[in-house]
Amino acid sequence: MLLAVCSIFALSIAAPFLHRIAKDYCAPLLALLPGSICFYFISLAPRIAEGKPVEEKWEWVPSLGANLTFYVEGLSLLFAILVTGIGTLIVIYAGGYFKGDAASGRFYSLLLLFMGAMLGIVISDNLFALFVFWELTSISSYLLIGYNHKDEESRSSALQALIVTGGGGLALLAGFVLLGMAAGSFEISAINQSGPEVVHHSLYPLVVIGVLVGAFTKSAQFPFHFWLPNAMAAPAPVSAYLHSATMVKAGVFLLARLHPSIADTPVFVWTVSIVGAMTMLLGAVMGAISTDMKRMLAYTTVSILGCLTLLLGVGVESALFAFGVLVLAHALYKGTLFLVAGTVEKLSGERNVKHLGGLFSRLPALGIAGSLAAMSMIGVPLFFGFVAKEAIYEAALKATNMSGLWIAAMVVSSALFVAVAILVGIKPFFGPEVRELTVKKAPALMLVGPLMLSVLGFAFFFLPDLLGKYLIHPSSAAVIGDANIIVLKSWHGLNAVLGLSVLTIAIGIVIYRFLPKLGSVSESSFAKDPFGAISVYERSLAGVLRFGQWQASTLQNGYLRKYILLTICVTTAFAGIVFILHTNWKSLHLTFDLRVHEAALIIVMVAAVAILVRASSRLTAIVALGVLGYAVALVFMLYGAPDLTMTQLCIETLSVVLFVFVLYRLPQFIRLSRRRTRLRDAIVASCVGALMACLVLVASSEPADSHLRQYYSTKAYEEAFGRNVVNVILVDFRALDTLGEITVLAVAAIGVFALLKLRPPADTEGAA
Amino acid sequence: MQVVFAAIIGMLYAGAVYMMLRRSIVKLIIGLALFGHATNLLIFAVARLVRYNPAIVQKGDSAPIEPFADPVPQALILTAIVIGFGVQAFSIVLIKRVYQTVGTDDLDQIRGTDS
Repeated sequence: MLLAVCSIFALSIAAPFLHRIAKDYCAPLLALLPGSICFYFISLAPRIAEGKPVEEKWEWVPSLGANLTFYVEGLSLLFAILVTGIGTLIVIYAGGYFKGDAASGRFYSLLLLFMGAMLGIVISDNLFALFVFWELTSISSYLLIGYNHKDEESRSSALQALIVTGGGGLALLAGFVLLGMAAGSFEISAINQSGPEVVHHSLYPLVVIGVLVGAFTKSAQFPFHFWLPNAMAAPAPVSAYLHSATMVKAGVFLLARLHPSIADTPVFVWTVSIVGAMTMLLGAVMGAISTDMKRMLAYTTVSILGCLTLLLGVGVESALFAFGVLVLAHALYKGTLFLVAGTVEKLSGERNVKHLGGLFSRLPALGIAGSLAAMSMIGVPLFFGFVAKEAIYEAALKATNMSGLWIAAMVVSSALFVAVAILVGIKPFFGPEVRELTVKKAPALMLVGPLMLSVLGFAFFFLPDLLGKYLIHPSSAAVIGDANIIVLKSWHGLNAVLGLSVLTIAIGIVIYRFLPKLGSVSESSFAKDPFGAISVYERSLAGVLRFGQWQASTLQNGYLRKYILLTICVTTAFAGIVFILHTNWKSLHLTFDLRVHEAALIIVMVAAVAILVRASSRLTAIVALGVLGYAVALVFMLYGAPDLTMTQLCIETLSVVLFVFVLYRLPQFIRLSRRRTRLRDAIVASCVGALMACLVLVASSEPADSHLRQYYSTKAYEEAFGRNVVNVILVDFRALDTLGEITVLAVAAIGVFALLKLRPPADTEGAA
Repeated sequence: MQVVFAAIIGMLYAGAVYMMLRRSIVKLIIGLALFGHATNLLIFAVARLVRYNPAIVQKGDSAPIEPFADPVPQALILTAIVIGFGVQAFSIVLIKRVYQTVGTDDLDQIRGTDS
């Protein structure tokens, strides 16, 4: 398992180099790997059909519960075969699509990256591993949609898909973590065995929200459906593979995989059913009124995804059986139609169905593939699509609630599909020629995929026993347990379900007849923005950008003093709160024994600060600063620190001299700020002052038992033979620190000298 | 004594912050100098104020006689004073140079590293 995933990733890295060497033969070569992995998974089918899942475990971050565990049961197997099998055909098709494009090595690389990640999703058992693969598919999908990166529309569609699915991914991660907490395990197989534990857990509502948002965004369910039609900016192989057959099904796959543990509540059932049914109808209507082939197919894909979601909501055994059949049938016919549409566009440059017709004589093979797929989509007997349609009607009939409503919705959307299928798969080839189109010859590589898929869609009709036993039944059994064995049948005889099928086709043909009259709808604003989902997306995106701009210009404004102000305010506020709450004010011992000369000194200091703050000339300020410095020196002297006094006096003198030296080269003092600003700053400054004053009071009320004081004062004479303890500390005990200090001063002196003496070279250009 | 010192240290901090919040770069430097004084005094006051008795060992003794001022904060402050001077000297010369080059001392006008 790990080997399968890792070998695809390895090939993804190697693909560009291989492409450089093998040129146009690269694609078939690359296809060998997914092809053989596909056969490997097919070979697992008999074993899994017997109810023996394949497990594999690699430890990753066991302490966090994140492991690379793989667990392949019926559902995983079905998807794994689709991912690798269709992947093989898509790679081959891409070989024709990008024939002669020297830069397409990048494309194969991304496509294989996606394939590996998608395979990882469907076979992972660990929630975190699944999430990592999930995000990898979002990212590779982003890169693939934006493959034509020179086209702005491509880029914005890619970004839209990334934001929607990536945002859903975040919700999903939260859902996964909560799910793991609720179930007590991060392994899906263990979670599913934990029974009703998750459903009754208090975190359950949040789990459901997280998982549903993740799944709905990925699978383009209403109201997140809008990214999928826009993702059609991608090259055709990407649309066929990611946005029809595999990636968009990841969401419904996840819901199915987690179905046993989370689905058994009315909340889940109703949300999923209603969203599914709405999406199904919306997608079908939008598909039928569009005229761009790829958009039509995209909307019908949205519709099918809605139908799959609805089946999961219905949740009875036959519904999950129909789920498997529909996934398979849809992958076959929709993959074909996407490839056919892509080929037609590539060869003729046209993808509006109104302008296409009469291509059969020039593209016969493609015409056969397209019409076979269209018949399957319509649900004509002898095609696998018919079997799928019967299965979903059957499931809806057996639904426990609202059966009639679901059937009506399914019939309406299936009837609309008939119209779309005829327009996309049949009319371009057999319809009247609308305008002269120059059509190139189709490369053989581009025909393999569509032909193979469409023929399989035909052949599978005749192999119901085989498919039912090895693929479909194990897949539904994995979700719901295999109490009853449902046998997949191609022909149920004349019953209500068959009647519905016939009715569907009849309505569909009528719709097709009248559709041209509705043609003008497709240009209306409704077609572009159904239910305003896109405008909500755009408005919220613009809102995020505006918020970002606002906070950047407010917080990151580039003004030093605003940063200082903010920092000081926040610090003062928080420190102040803690101070007020935790200080025992009564325990402070406040002493007030001041002598006359001390009082005089204090008055001098207060006056100096007051003058300094209000100074309007530079000389006054410097004099006040000097006075303050000398007063501080005197304080040191009065309280037993003669060394400090001397240092302070020297330094203060030097500073004043330096200030005076450059004084007249310094700018004049001007009041730059307004009165209100000054008042605000004064208030902030007073708060800081008050806080620091309290700090001094509180700190000096604590008992001061300094071991260092004891240590240095006794050892100074004994060990260092110095009588001045402060000096001994500086030049003996902490001599290295003092050396460092001297070095700093020397560096500062060099800096000062450089600034004073060196001039930039006289630049006559005036650049300086 | 403590109360008065707490008040004067608070005042020095208030003055320092107020000056640092001004637009003029010269005032910013003055604010920094005030901040230095305030912090030195803070360390000094928190380590207890002892009048007149420096930590000096008299002839014949092996240790200073109690009560004496704590020598450890003094050593710290001494270093701080000297380093503070280094910073101040450098910044004074720097703003002089900035003013010469840019022609303004309004921090709001100095917007880029290129002039």
